Amino acid sequence: MSDATIVLIVMTVGTFALKSAGPLVLGDRPLPVRVQRAVDLLPAALLAALTIVSTMGDGREIVIDARLVGLVVAGIALWRRLPFVVVIVVASAATALTRLIS
Amino acid sequence: MNDLDDAVRRRAIHRQAASIIAAVAPFGIVFGAAAATAGLSLLQAIGFSALVFGGSSQFAAVEILGDGGSVASAAVAGLLLNVRSLAFGVVMAPALFGAWWQRAAMSQLMIDESTAVGAAQSERRRRRYGYLVAGIGVFVVWNLTTILGHVAFAGAGDLITDLGLDAAGPAAFLALLWPRLSSAPQRRTAIVGALIALALIPFAPPGVPILASMLGVVAARFGKLDEQPSDAPIDESGIVL
Repeated sequence: MSDATIVLIVMTVGTFALKSAGPLVLGDRPLPVRVQRAVDLLPAALLAALTIVSTMGDGREIVIDARLVGLVVAGIALWRRLPFVVVIVVASAATALTRLIS
Repeated sequence: MNDLDDAVRRRAIHRQAASIIAAVAPFGIVFGAAAATAGLSLLQAIGFSALVFGGSSQFAAVEILGDGGSVASAAVAGLLLNVRSLAFGVVMAPALFGAWWQRAAMSQLMIDESTAVGAAQSERRRRRYGYLVAGIGVFVVWNLTTILGHVAFAGAGDLITDLGLDAAGPAAFLALLWPRLSSAPQRRTAIVGALIALALIPFAPPGVPILASMLGVVAARFGKLDEQPSDAPIDESGIVL
């Protein structure tokens, strides 16, 4: 079995357990405040890490290349409240253009 | 509640759901492309979109696998991004009434979008209706666009870098993060999480820096005590999947 298939199976089972715990087991009993707070904040930490690592990581090396230009442009597009499609297109275009002229 | 009123409310729910469902389409294409680039087969990509059905967690797992990370770090990072489903489940539980197998089936649709539309309604039957309309709609569009993205970009090779599409992944992660940055504790968590991950890249195997970033949650505690982490874990714009 390939690595991706194992990850798929583990995530399918685990995610379903997380999704169904409320409707099947817990009901509407609120989560403890500390747990709720951690649950609220967790995605911000992980998504920020994924943003940085997918932009500047290359195995165990930190590299600064055209992807960083794309990310900055994406940030500007998001700040200007442009739709997601536009964010992706301008980020990709900026990255391609940087490669072309460097 | 008379029929006319009901019809009007249903139409309002359809409108809310439609804009959220449409917003998912480009994300699905980017996910399909990312899965293809990371070496996943079409069947594996569809498996993630249909069985896991949690956008940011799928992106995370595929990113870490593509970067050469271990099975454990990819699976754990993906699952951590779905821990919030637990909180959504508690919010939606009273509205998702029915036999146990019906509640189990409806649980599979527990994502940001379905919870956002469902929780926005005033009465439990409408909450369930909104949850199901948005959940099923996103499920269909997400899977179709996953296929589209995978088929379009499988074997694209050099074309990916030529077109700058390797920046689509980082841009997608930033877009998922963006709506969360409106509160100070969330911003602190994000900054510290990013710095931890960046600092660990040279010293830890791929995937581990991502997992270590969750220590960034601790950073939020250094704010003012009366600050709330965030009023709504769900983004109404529907961009957070």
